[in-house]
Amino acid sequence: MTGAGGSRSANGLLPARTLWGDTWRRFRRHRLALSGALILLLLVVSVVAGTFLYPLYLVRQLADAGIPITETNPTLTSLVDHLDYLGILSPPSRVHPLGADDLGRDLLARAIYGGRVSLTVGLVAMLIATSLGAFIGALAGYFGGLLDNILMRITDLFLSLPGVPLILLVVYLFRDYVIQAVGSPEIGIFLILVSLIGGLSWMETARIVRAAFLSLREKEFVEAALALGADDSAVMFRHIFPNALGPIIVAATLGVGNAIITESVLSFLGVGFPPDTPTWGRLVTDGSQYLQVASWLALVPGTLIFLTVLSINFLGDGLRDALEAQQAA
Amino acid sequence: MSNYILRRVLLSVPTLLAISAIIFAILALAPGDPLSQLALNPGIPESTRQLIRTQFGLDDPWPVRYWKWLTSLLRGDWGFSFSSRSPVIDIVMQRVPQTLQVVGFAYLLAVVLAIPIGILAAVRQYSWFDQLATVFSFVGFSVPSFFTGLLLMLVFAVRLKWFPIVYDSLLGFGSGAEVMAQLRQMAMPVTVLVVQQTAALTRFTRSAMLDNLGQNYVRTARAKGLPYQRVVLRHVFSNSLTPIVTLVAISIPTIFGGAIITENLFRVNGLGALLITSINNSDTPVVMALSFVFAVLMVFSNLVADVMYGVLDPRVRYD
Repeated sequence: MTGAGGSRSANGLLPARTLWGDTWRRFRRHRLALSGALILLLLVVSVVAGTFLYPLYLVRQLADAGIPITETNPTLTSLVDHLDYLGILSPPSRVHPLGADDLGRDLLARAIYGGRVSLTVGLVAMLIATSLGAFIGALAGYFGGLLDNILMRITDLFLSLPGVPLILLVVYLFRDYVIQAVGSPEIGIFLILVSLIGGLSWMETARIVRAAFLSLREKEFVEAALALGADDSAVMFRHIFPNALGPIIVAATLGVGNAIITESVLSFLGVGFPPDTPTWGRLVTDGSQYLQVASWLALVPGTLIFLTVLSINFLGDGLRDALEAQQAA
Repeated sequence: MSNYILRRVLLSVPTLLAISAIIFAILALAPGDPLSQLALNPGIPESTRQLIRTQFGLDDPWPVRYWKWLTSLLRGDWGFSFSSRSPVIDIVMQRVPQTLQVVGFAYLLAVVLAIPIGILAAVRQYSWFDQLATVFSFVGFSVPSFFTGLLLMLVFAVRLKWFPIVYDSLLGFGSGAEVMAQLRQMAMPVTVLVVQQTAALTRFTRSAMLDNLGQNYVRTARAKGLPYQRVVLRHVFSNSLTPIVTLVAISIPTIFGGAIITENLFRVNGLGALLITSINNSDTPVVMALSFVFAVLMVFSNLVADVMYGVLDPRVRYD
C-alpha cells in the first residue's frame, strides 16, 4: 500500500510504476540491506575523497606539530611511506587520527590506500568472473546439446579445483615472471590476483545464467524475435540477457565480497601484494605483531574488511529479495 | 547400491586426471629452470648439468613427462624437499595428524551446532531467534577468519591468558593433564573454523527446511494427527537432509582452506602451515605435492557427497 492515495500528478493519474521502481520499493523495506548500501557508499566515498583530501590534512597537521614534510608535492602514495619518528606506535591523536605503526607511518593514510586496493581488486575480479560466467552460461543455456555438455563439464571441473591452494601455487610460480613482464610489482600482482580470483569464481554465475537461458529461450518473445529475423547474438544479449539480469546482479554483488576476502587472506599470508603495498590484509598482518601494545593497528583494518564485506553481503541479500520477487511475479 | 557407488568412483577418475593435468600444466608453463640453483654452483660444469637434465628427462616431450610425473605420484614417489632433503611424502604425512585433529574437531562441532540452529530458525521463521541466527551467520561469513582469530587471541590469550598463543604439536593424549592442554590449545583455532563453518551451514539448513515446511505432505501429516514436533523432525528434516549432507561434504575443502589461515595464525604445525613455509622457502616439490593433496581432498569430498546422496535418497540411484 506504500504511496497509494498520495502524490497524484497533474493529469490526475498515479505516477507510472516502473519495473526498477518496484524493485527499489521492495529493496527499501529491507532495513539491513539499506544500511549495508549506505555504509558501503560511505566507505567508497571516503576512500575516493580521502585519496585527495586526506594528504592536505596530514601535511598541515605534521607541519603544525613541528615536523613538516620536506617533499614538495606529497600525495597519498608518498605519504603512505612517510616515517614520523615521533609518532611511532602512537595511539589515535590529532596528527594521526587512527594512530601510527611501528615505523611511524600514518594508519589512516595506509587504510585509505588499502581500501583503494581492496575495493578495486573486488570490483575487477567480480567483473571478470561475472562476464566470464554470463558468457559461458549464455552459450550453454542458449545452444544446449553438445556445447552445453562440454561447458558444464568444464564448470564442474573448475568447481572441484581447490581455490586458495591453487591461487597460492600460481602466485608462487608466476609472480616474478609477471612482475618482470609488466615492470611494476604492484600492477603485476594486481593482474595475477584479479585474473586468478575472477577465473576461479565464475562458475556459480555460469550455472545461474544457464538455468535462466534454458527456460527463457522457450518463451514466446524469443520466438517472436527470431521470427522477425534477429540473429542468435541479438536474441541472446538484447532479448534474453536483460531478463536474466536479476540473479546475475545478486551473484555479482556477493562476488565482490568474496574477492575482497580472498585478497585479504592472500595478503595476510604474505603471498599477495608486495610487502610495501599497504592492503587491508597486509595491515592486519603487520599490526598483529603489536597486538599487546598497539592493538588498534590490527583492529582498524580488520574491522574495515569485515564492515565492507558485511555491507556487501546484506546488500546482496536485499537485492535477492527485491529482484527475485520480480522474477516470481 | 554398490553399483551406484562404483559408478560414482569411476566418474571421479577423469576429474582427478583433469586436475592433475592442470597442476602439471601450471608447473610446466611456470618460468624458471628447476636446475637454476645448480647453474650458480661453480663446481658443477655445464656438461654435468646437461647430463642431469637428460637423466631426469627434463628435455622429454610433455606427454612423456606428464606420464612419468603421474605414475611416480601414484607410487608415492613425491620427490625430495629442497629445504630439508627428506622425501616429500614423509614430510606431508607427518603434518596430516595435526591438521586432521583441529579440522575434524571443528567440523564435527560445526555440524552439531548448525543443524539444530538451522531447524529452529526455520520452524520459528522471523522470530527473534531466527533474526539472531541470521545476523550471526551474516557476521560469520563476512568476517575474514584471520581477523576472528586475532580477536580471539587478543581477548583470550593476550588479555585473559586462558589459552596458549603458540600451539605445541609434541603434546600427546597420554594423561588427563595432556588432554586438558590439548583442548586448551585447540580451543581458539577450532572456534575460528567453527564460526566460519557454522554460519554457512546454519543458513543452508534453514533454507532447506523452509523449502520443505511449505509442502503438502506436511499438511497431510498434520491433518492425520501427528504432533508438529514429530512432523518436523521425522518428515521435514529427513527430506531436507539430502541437500544438507551434500553441503557438509562439499565444504570439507573450504574448512581445509580455512585451516591454512588458522594454522599460520596459531602456529599449528599442519599442512596449511607447511604450504606457506614451503612457499616462503621456494620449496617447489612440497608446494606441488600439497596442491595435489588439496585437489584430491576436493574430489574425494565431492565423491562422498555423491555417495551420501545415493544412500539418503533412493531416487538418485536410478538416474
